[in-house]
Amino acid sequence: MMSALPGASLKGSGGSREHRPDSSVALVRVDVVPDLDASFLDLPLPALTDAALSRAEALGCSHADVRIERIRGAYRTFRDRSLESSTDGERLGMSVRVVHEGIWGFAAGIDLTTDAAAALSDRAVATAKVSRPLTPDTVQLADEPSYDASWVSAYEINPFEVEEPHKQARMLDLSDRLLRAAGVSHTSAALWTVQENKYFANLAGTRTTQQRVRTQPQWTAFSVGDHGFATMRTLAAPSGRGWEYLTGTGHDFDTEIAELPEQLAEHVQAPSIDAGRYDLVIDPTNLFLTIHESIGHATELDRALGYEAAYAGTSFATFDQLGSLRYGSDVMNVTGDRVTEHGLATIGYDDEGVASQQFPIVSKGVLVGYQLNRQMAAANGLGRSNGCAFADSPGSIPMQRMPNVSLQPEPGGPSTEELISAVDRGIYIVGDKSWSIDMQRYNFQFTGQRFFKIEKGRLAGQVKDVAYQATTTDFWRSMEAVGNESTYVLGGAFNCGKGQPGQIAPVSHGCPSALFRDVNILNTQAEGSAS
Amino acid sequence: MSASQVEDRRAVSAAELVERALSLATLPCVVRVEERTEANVRWANSALTTNGEMRSRSLAVTSTAPVDGGTAVGTVARQIQGIDGVGPIVAAAEAIAGSGPPSEDAMPLVSGHATAGWDAEPAGTSIDVLTDVADGLGAAFGKARNLGQLLFGFAEHIVTTTYLGSSTGLRRRGVQPTGRLEFNAKTADLTASAWAGAATRDFSEVDVESMHADLTTRLGWATNRIDLPPGRYETLLPPCAVADLMIYLHWTAGARDADEGRNAFSAGEGRTRIGERLSELPIRLRSDPYHPGLECLDFVAETSTMQGTSVAFDGGAPIAPIDWISDGVLRELVRNRGEAERTGLSATTPADNLIMDGGGSASLPEMIASTGRGLLLTTLWYIREVDPERLLLTGLTRDGVYLIENGRIAGAVNNFRFNESPIELLGRLTEVGASEQTLCREWNDYVNRTAMPTIRVPDFNMSTVSQAY
Repeated sequence: MMSALPGASLKGSGGSREHRPDSSVALVRVDVVPDLDASFLDLPLPALTDAALSRAEALGCSHADVRIERIRGAYRTFRDRSLESSTDGERLGMSVRVVHEGIWGFAAGIDLTTDAAAALSDRAVATAKVSRPLTPDTVQLADEPSYDASWVSAYEINPFEVEEPHKQARMLDLSDRLLRAAGVSHTSAALWTVQENKYFANLAGTRTTQQRVRTQPQWTAFSVGDHGFATMRTLAAPSGRGWEYLTGTGHDFDTEIAELPEQLAEHVQAPSIDAGRYDLVIDPTNLFLTIHESIGHATELDRALGYEAAYAGTSFATFDQLGSLRYGSDVMNVTGDRVTEHGLATIGYDDEGVASQQFPIVSKGVLVGYQLNRQMAAANGLGRSNGCAFADSPGSIPMQRMPNVSLQPEPGGPSTEELISAVDRGIYIVGDKSWSIDMQRYNFQFTGQRFFKIEKGRLAGQVKDVAYQATTTDFWRSMEAVGNESTYVLGGAFNCGKGQPGQIAPVSHGCPSALFRDVNILNTQAEGSAS
Repeated sequence: MSASQVEDRRAVSAAELVERALSLATLPCVVRVEERTEANVRWANSALTTNGEMRSRSLAVTSTAPVDGGTAVGTVARQIQGIDGVGPIVAAAEAIAGSGPPSEDAMPLVSGHATAGWDAEPAGTSIDVLTDVADGLGAAFGKARNLGQLLFGFAEHIVTTTYLGSSTGLRRRGVQPTGRLEFNAKTADLTASAWAGAATRDFSEVDVESMHADLTTRLGWATNRIDLPPGRYETLLPPCAVADLMIYLHWTAGARDADEGRNAFSAGEGRTRIGERLSELPIRLRSDPYHPGLECLDFVAETSTMQGTSVAFDGGAPIAPIDWISDGVLRELVRNRGEAERTGLSATTPADNLIMDGGGSASLPEMIASTGRGLLLTTLWYIREVDPERLLLTGLTRDGVYLIENGRIAGAVNNFRFNESPIELLGRLTEVGASEQTLCREWNDYVNRTAMPTIRVPDFNMSTVSQAY
């Protein structure tokens, strides 16, 4: 499931080739790659980037990079048996980022002419000059080979090439099946699809053209009655796949929709949990989000160094603890990567021209790595960047963003049933719902879609009103066992937020089922006004 | 080169783009062009980290089409470089509308006429608007070094000019300047934090030196550290924290969701809580596009509201002042024109601001002075919904929790995780101070224009302790 090799997901005939930085590198048109969208390749990409880069060079910039991006998004929402909203969006533009006299500058616009491209370099240098009084240190970037390459993500059917009525009919058909089931009063559903095209060039000679597609379908069933209202949502993760995801590849939506009403009905009738301490078996459909919040964000080096201190926050996993922090138990092995097939953070080259990689973050429970960009890698003596720079639009400034961060399964380890059998009194938690964690990634609280009581090693029906609350290191140190490869699921989200101005990033997290001992459980009905 | 000079170079004006789209349309439609310029500066550890200046222009076309059983709608929005880009957007919107099922929200488009000056040039901004901020920060960085502080923050100015036209004759233009400054000071060991925020239209009144002085005072309060356990505490929530809670309350206040039993304002399927008393205090929560200092667009320019209510058929409709709560009683929920027609009630599209008042006049220092023992919060963070039926929210305290004893600040307390419902809190308030303009902390990417009071809660539920500082 996991590939350690950059470019393993390459499709088409473009491929990638690597060479050392060379200002005389010959530019190669990439329109021989059939999978790249021809309408993007028709843009004068090399001419625009050459205009911006030559202007930046003439202005004395020691570094300059240019991105031309087109991001297409389609968002549909459905309410019961009706289409509620239908919006297609597209952002097409260009940005220039420079290092001028050691200071960053950035400018972005939408006019795709060579004059406008050169003017962006002027504006980027102007912003660098405004910032000079505020910048005591000069920018250094970690070395990276230059590339002339194309890359396309691993999908089969581009959702933007599927007829609109066909897509809506599939969504409404599954909504209708839910609504016809006993106990389902209402439904809501959403379909979000994205196609990203990026062209990147820098003064060192890198030229990359990339395309990726992602899809997020989701249904929620509502039960309204004397009990008030209750909801249950499908568990299928957003995925780096195309329309095939809704037709049986990668997930079985028909079966999940068929089973949802009964699960919702049991939830409505379920007893409220007694607050206290329980052993937990956490399904990957829930655990991925805990990984995202308590490992993914906590091991962003920009957070650990304080760059996000005023907004997203810092990290308890401070830089001085690299190589020594006991993050979790011995069975905890976590990697970062941008190469996993169908991963939402997967790409060939990051937004600083760094080739994608896989790297260790936690090994046998010890913190061994951070997510990096080129500036932080250089400034902290960490060698090459591990390729985690990302900007969410042509108008956004690249920053260090999360790669796919995944908890590794134990080869030959226990199944989910075997993990449950090791629990005398506990809860099996399925599906993500509410999440919250503090600004140093210590204290978190999560709920879920379904909670099953475990009694003497067996599931004993659903309970409700459950939230688990813990301190990150206590929680991961209490992880007694992880499941085998068959329990491993790739979860994720389209909308990880970070930075100012705010940016969102898609990211996946793979994980097995896992067993945690003695975790604090709240009864949510006892919170708030209740005493 | 100034922003206006850049705009002048464009061969086609925004108004011309609107007219071209309308001339190409074969179906009833609403057309919007948004001209947006922005500039920002970000700093951390008392040094700049990123800065930038961005410009964009987008065209959005919302088409409606007769289909079997009713009228369908579809919207296509794209950044647009020139007049040649108009036709494909119109065609794409008409294709989506024509291939869709009938909408339950379908209504005739809003009709009207051209307002004076609707085709005027767009307003703009540039990095130059932040020059004084940068100078102030440079001075503050020097002071911070001497005080053993580290400074963090972000300043941003966005100016958006919206042009709206419809096939039913409407022509509207609106300018929305949106500025914010977040300023965070920490001790060098990062164990104490203070935060101040400012919402502004043009940065003319933003005083970086004064804000830094306030932060320095608060870091001084933190020299005495006090550990407190979880529990229920009398708590003063300042305007910033109140804004983040009330914004979430307002975001969930959809009328149709309530009618169908889907949110906390429902009284069961087919019934809402409109008319129910939520507070014994004379709480008023409202939005008003003309509120002084918080002015915002007074016509519908989006296709959905933050409540998730579709207003795709309502483009260009006027936005009026609305009381959501008054005299402590729930008065209104968010309703589009289609839902209004179905229910016989009024359409209630909210303006892009939120104002809470409880008739109080006490300042925060006065409320501190009248507190025997309690907590003073600075901000709330990572607020998420735990139980939509009660609107139970969880989140963290941030940027300084202070213990008040005998009317004075006694020291800084550890942070807490809370679990509370803003609806239930309204019923437990014992005091509401003077309302003032504030910048919320968590949601200020989305909401910039708020005025809120400090509130006193006698038993705020601090569920667990957070080790974060």
